Amino acid sequence: MSKITNILVCGVGGQGVMTATEILAEAAISLGFDLKKTEVAGMSQRGGVVTSHLRFGTVVLSPQILPGEADLLVGFEAAEALRWGHMLRPGGVALVNVGRIVPPVVNIGLFDYPADPVAEMRALGLTVHAFDATSLAVELGNIRLGNTVMLGASSDRLPFPAEVLRDAVLARFGTRKPDLVEANRAAFELGRRAVAGEALAA
Amino acid sequence: MSAIQSAPAAARMFLSGNDAVARAVWEAGTRVAAAYPGTPSTEILEVLSRYRDLHTEWSINEKVALEVALGASMVGARAFCAMKHVGLNVASDALMTMTVTGTEGGLVIAVADDVGMSSSQNEQDSRYWGRFAHVPVLEPADSQEAYTMTLAAFELSERFKTPVILRLTTRICHVKGVVQTGERQAFEPTGFVKDPRHWVMVPGNAKPRLPLMFAREAAVRAEAEVSPLNMQIDGSDRRIGFITSGPAFMHVREAFPDSPVFKLGLSCPAPLESLGRFAATVDSVLVVEETEPLLETELKAAGIACHGKDVLPRIGELAPDVLEPAVARLRGEIVAEPEHVVPQQVFPRPPTMCVACPHLGVYYTLSQMRNVLISGDIGCYTLGAGHPWNALDTCISMGASMGMALGMDKGRGKVDANKKVVAVIGDSTFMHMGMQGLLDITWNRGNVTVLLLDNRAVGMTGGQDNPGTGRDIHGEETARVDFAKICEALGVKKDRIRVVDPYQLPVLFKALREETKIEEPSVIITDRPCVLIDHYKPTKSYMVMEDRCTGCGNCVEVGCPAIHVTRRGKEVKASGKEVDLSFVRIETSACTGCGLCVQPCAPEAIVHAEPVQTIQFVRK
Repeated sequence: MSKITNILVCGVGGQGVMTATEILAEAAISLGFDLKKTEVAGMSQRGGVVTSHLRFGTVVLSPQILPGEADLLVGFEAAEALRWGHMLRPGGVALVNVGRIVPPVVNIGLFDYPADPVAEMRALGLTVHAFDATSLAVELGNIRLGNTVMLGASSDRLPFPAEVLRDAVLARFGTRKPDLVEANRAAFELGRRAVAGEALAA
Repeated sequence: MSAIQSAPAAARMFLSGNDAVARAVWEAGTRVAAAYPGTPSTEILEVLSRYRDLHTEWSINEKVALEVALGASMVGARAFCAMKHVGLNVASDALMTMTVTGTEGGLVIAVADDVGMSSSQNEQDSRYWGRFAHVPVLEPADSQEAYTMTLAAFELSERFKTPVILRLTTRICHVKGVVQTGERQAFEPTGFVKDPRHWVMVPGNAKPRLPLMFAREAAVRAEAEVSPLNMQIDGSDRRIGFITSGPAFMHVREAFPDSPVFKLGLSCPAPLESLGRFAATVDSVLVVEETEPLLETELKAAGIACHGKDVLPRIGELAPDVLEPAVARLRGEIVAEPEHVVPQQVFPRPPTMCVACPHLGVYYTLSQMRNVLISGDIGCYTLGAGHPWNALDTCISMGASMGMALGMDKGRGKVDANKKVVAVIGDSTFMHMGMQGLLDITWNRGNVTVLLLDNRAVGMTGGQDNPGTGRDIHGEETARVDFAKICEALGVKKDRIRVVDPYQLPVLFKALREETKIEEPSVIITDRPCVLIDHYKPTKSYMVMEDRCTGCGNCVEVGCPAIHVTRRGKEVKASGKEVDLSFVRIETSACTGCGLCVQPCAPEAIVHAEPVQTIQFVRK
């Protein structure tokens, strides 16, 4: 059977998980892959759990990534990455934004937020690259650039050149919004470097 | 996404199942398409509405949508309607007789079952309607099939003069895949043929049509035996042969690539003869169907031995991780332990109301009231049942808050005698199926206070327009209903109808207290828009002055997701009672300045924040 790449993107409703996966899909489709993308939308835009599955290869049948099958887990939020850690295949890699989104059930004291989700993932034996995409985005001027930071972070972990994904991101803004193109280009590169470890000290 | 409209013939497009259905409906030359929004079907009409060479509409409910489609079919036009599974319950009254009349122009009903229940009040199998109404059911397995089967459904409908159900599930609607599309066909309506024996269903006319309906069903079954929509895939491993349909087919192929499969596209009426021949070629048969054992029951009744729900769940999706262990057990194999890490326990993250949602004020106020029975309804405001408000006691079906409230009022005994009965319903739900319930309350002298939350949107499904917004599916101006006048016309006394700003907590609280005291029907209308739609205007955001925050936690009870607890503590009151303290901050970048949290803050610790410089993103 042909090799299929499985990417699971997870986060919280409103973070741009679905848009990011859509851009990953656009990059893959531009290279002629067959692909399927699935998510549970519905109530997820109301701050709930969001996952988006992307599978691409020669022929893709089921759209769902099963537990233990994800090559790449892109976690937009630390606790969500922990929640979906079991989806990684042995040898898979998690890219995790350590930025936190604390839900009302934690605020009112019904549940605790994990003390260190990334440490818990590593204790399970998972390979995790962690960085603060939220802060990087805020430093660039808009929290919504976190989406592009995460895509940049994943771009060197794909079975195609990072530039294909970068071009797919920038194509979203066309030529009419040069300031957004530049902001996203910077965010993408920051994400790439964050995974390489260069930005961790900053 | 305008690409879908401008795509040339034979374009290779990346479409969701909903996109693909919409594209095919347009290509089929359809003249009328109607729907009421409902997850996971909503996007079909949203996409269709961008084509301007057919009439598209949000209908007031699914029954009306189906009747609009039928009317168009009667004049010979191709017609379409879409709904979620529970929508067909509402529309079923029309369906059960239009199957007797049959159709003229092709009529396709897309029904989206929420298998897995991502955003619904129940999980039901719409394939039953095919059996109940004796109409064909098509079941696509991915986006490409959603496209081709929509086109096939129109042809089938016209050939057999029957409405056709296109049965979708969440895993079709919201999965994107590569689809080859075509071009729009011309389709001119044939014209209405006046014939009461055909279209006027009184007993004398309907009785002679019943044998025609059953003959039609038999003819469609014969078609199913030869239809290319039903296909057999050979496999070398003949221990188990699978009979399956819809997205489960993809899961079966993924998990058991070497097994023989009979894939049903035209699954109702089932091609029992072909299925029997298939069964004879394998050692045993496993029927993989989401969700009820319909086909399994029919196969067994036809004397075809098979497994089904004896090994597979009757609830939820039948993904490979569900199928594999079940099949291993059936084959007498040992189920392998997974190699991956086990799922970790993490706090639940249920959907929340939005920052500055106008419903926050309503539920904060309700949560502060004692001795109140709160009959709820379907929409974003159902979230009021959750934390921190716990201020919604029932949720059943669209509009049910009205009737249930009246029943609570009339049925209560001594134990509930001192309680107030309140019903909470949104604007769109009220018009969908709530107005009749309110009429029942006034007519039968119910002691019920109705909170009609008018946020000028079908909020939960993405902020679609409704008659309360005065805009149609294209956002263009049209008749706008006046909720106060409707309530008055339905028999609520003018003095018992109030329009209140839900951000004015004392006003809302006073209105609720007063209206629940008066023992007659009353309606409190809240009139501030959904924060997710374009007429919502954010104002200056707030912050918490840390040195002034006393940790009382009143603001936390508002339930706004922009308020975060930074630390907790305990305090012993003069009475000796120990109370919990929650010190807070406001996520200023998320706050839109509604001011709800400011009102219960006793130490006046919440003040306007300094403006923050950000890059402005333009919303779609």
